Amino acid sequence: MAKRIDVSGLSAFYGTHRAIDDISMTVEPRSVTAFIGPSGCGKSTFLRTLNRMHEVTPGGRVEGKVMLDDENLYGSSVDPVTVRRTVGMVFQRPNPFPTMSIYDNVAAGLRLNGVRKKGELDSIVEKSLKGANLWNEVKDRLNKPGSGLSGGQQQRLCIARAIAVEPQVLLMDEPCSALDPISTLAIEDLIGELKTRFTIVIVTHNMQQAARVSDRTAFFNLAGVGQPGKLIEIDDTQRIFSNPSVQATEDYISGRFG
Amino acid sequence: MSHSISDAKPAAGVPPVTRLAGRRLPRWSPLAIGVGAIVVGVAIGAGAGLKSHVQWGLIALILFVAGSYAVTAQVEGRRQAKDRVATSLIWSSFILAVIPLYSLVETTISKGAKVLDGTFLTHSMNNVLTIQPGGGVYHAIIGTLEQVGIATVIAAPIGILTAVYLVEYGRGALAKWVTFFVDVMTGVPSIVAGLFILSLWFVLLGKAPASGFAGSLALAILMLPVVVRSTEEMLKLVPNELREASLALGVPKWRTITKVVIPTAIGGISTGVMLAIARIAGESAPIALLVFGSNMINTNPFSGPQSSLPYYIYQQYGNGNDPSYDRAWAAALVLIAFVMILNLVARGIARWKAPKR
Repeated sequence: MAKRIDVSGLSAFYGTHRAIDDISMTVEPRSVTAFIGPSGCGKSTFLRTLNRMHEVTPGGRVEGKVMLDDENLYGSSVDPVTVRRTVGMVFQRPNPFPTMSIYDNVAAGLRLNGVRKKGELDSIVEKSLKGANLWNEVKDRLNKPGSGLSGGQQQRLCIARAIAVEPQVLLMDEPCSALDPISTLAIEDLIGELKTRFTIVIVTHNMQQAARVSDRTAFFNLAGVGQPGKLIEIDDTQRIFSNPSVQATEDYISGRFG
Repeated sequence: MSHSISDAKPAAGVPPVTRLAGRRLPRWSPLAIGVGAIVVGVAIGAGAGLKSHVQWGLIALILFVAGSYAVTAQVEGRRQAKDRVATSLIWSSFILAVIPLYSLVETTISKGAKVLDGTFLTHSMNNVLTIQPGGGVYHAIIGTLEQVGIATVIAAPIGILTAVYLVEYGRGALAKWVTFFVDVMTGVPSIVAGLFILSLWFVLLGKAPASGFAGSLALAILMLPVVVRSTEEMLKLVPNELREASLALGVPKWRTITKVVIPTAIGGISTGVMLAIARIAGESAPIALLVFGSNMINTNPFSGPQSSLPYYIYQQYGNGNDPSYDRAWAAALVLIAFVMILNLVARGIARWKAPKR
């Protein structure tokens, strides 16, 4: 299921402003890759280029190549809708659909893509909620609105919704930044389980979190305000946090930034 | 990083706070001041021999606002006094706004209830002389329902789709022009919409319209900009995160709009459509121009003249005799009830469809 991502020479723009510049990296399948770096360095923008969500923003434009195994996401005959079914995404703030029940939220991706059979939906919803460690908490109130759950539960609901369509890659944009430490722990445990099935990329501001959950870590930085963000280095998480090869990385990680 | 908060000096002229608790007026004081103002206002009005009770009320109102300020300034201080004045002004404005509404509803009910009964609702004016009592609004109710219904069927889908285009797709020159023309349409007087359809009818078909359908077209023109505007505002309220969440699941944009964006906003959209219906249900000018009015029941909106409630009121009041006046008031009551039921339905839908929590 999981696929390798190979990015080469990727730049992203908002209108004429270059937000990230010439990024190349490889994301290994069935592993967790963490993106760290200061605010505004383009981590989230880069993440959104990996499932063509960047171009949803007005003026959003991308140059370069993103290979998913052997296919270029930005190839001329590639449909962004298909890309997003293959590369799922979890957002910073939990965003369950407010008009839908817990069940319908998880089934949304399938239903909106044409899966109609009740039995099939039931089993996928249960499997996805179990996969997101939420089943035991919500199995008796699947028909209640999803917005009635706590923040941490809502975020796990969004993860269940994302994995219900069986993507090959799961992108997470600061999934724990709006959550308390206990919910964060639940999500981190979940990430550890999910990486056996999916390729996971996570953006985080929490360096301990990056150290805890990821196998590889990429450090992004920008030269100054208004300058494009750049990839400084990517390496095994252990090396980044113990003995990084670039001085800027060590400064950032040890808090001597700025 | 050596600055600390304690370095900041207090601004000159602000006395330091010594105690947190200050003197407060009791909770019943606004009521007492209000009652006092009314009593004094009535006394002054009666004493000075002012005939109009409105003048009495205005005196009481001024006394109330001034009294609240004076008393609060004495006891609590100037800032609280200003706060109290703002509060009393807002309450006074509320009462000023409610008085005409109350008076309108009260007058219509007291004058309209006289002849409003089962016969009135189920009979037309056919073979009823204008100076006779009796007759009814059945033909006008049918006309209003059909004309407004057809106008809604035409204007609501076009309006909602236009708003979807403007919010979800519209970029660049076309969207700007559409917005501009919607704004222009908002200002079109109903008689002009009627004249437009009238001349169009003559140019295309070479004869006078005289059908409920022609009236519906004019009403649709009046309804369209209201629907577009309200739907646009409602769609803008849908958080972008929901659109992104749906798109990120690999859902195509059009399904995102139909299954996520519109259901989230449907409560507000239906309220907007209902308000637009309420607005056109009271139009008489296009009906006079295009539908011509009739005393007989005509259930076919595509052929022959029809009546409608506002036109019926206009017609009956123009007759200038007591039975006709009674009928006009009763029809006005029916029209108000019709619009109010629509509003209640809209509220019901909005509550039923609102995002649950």
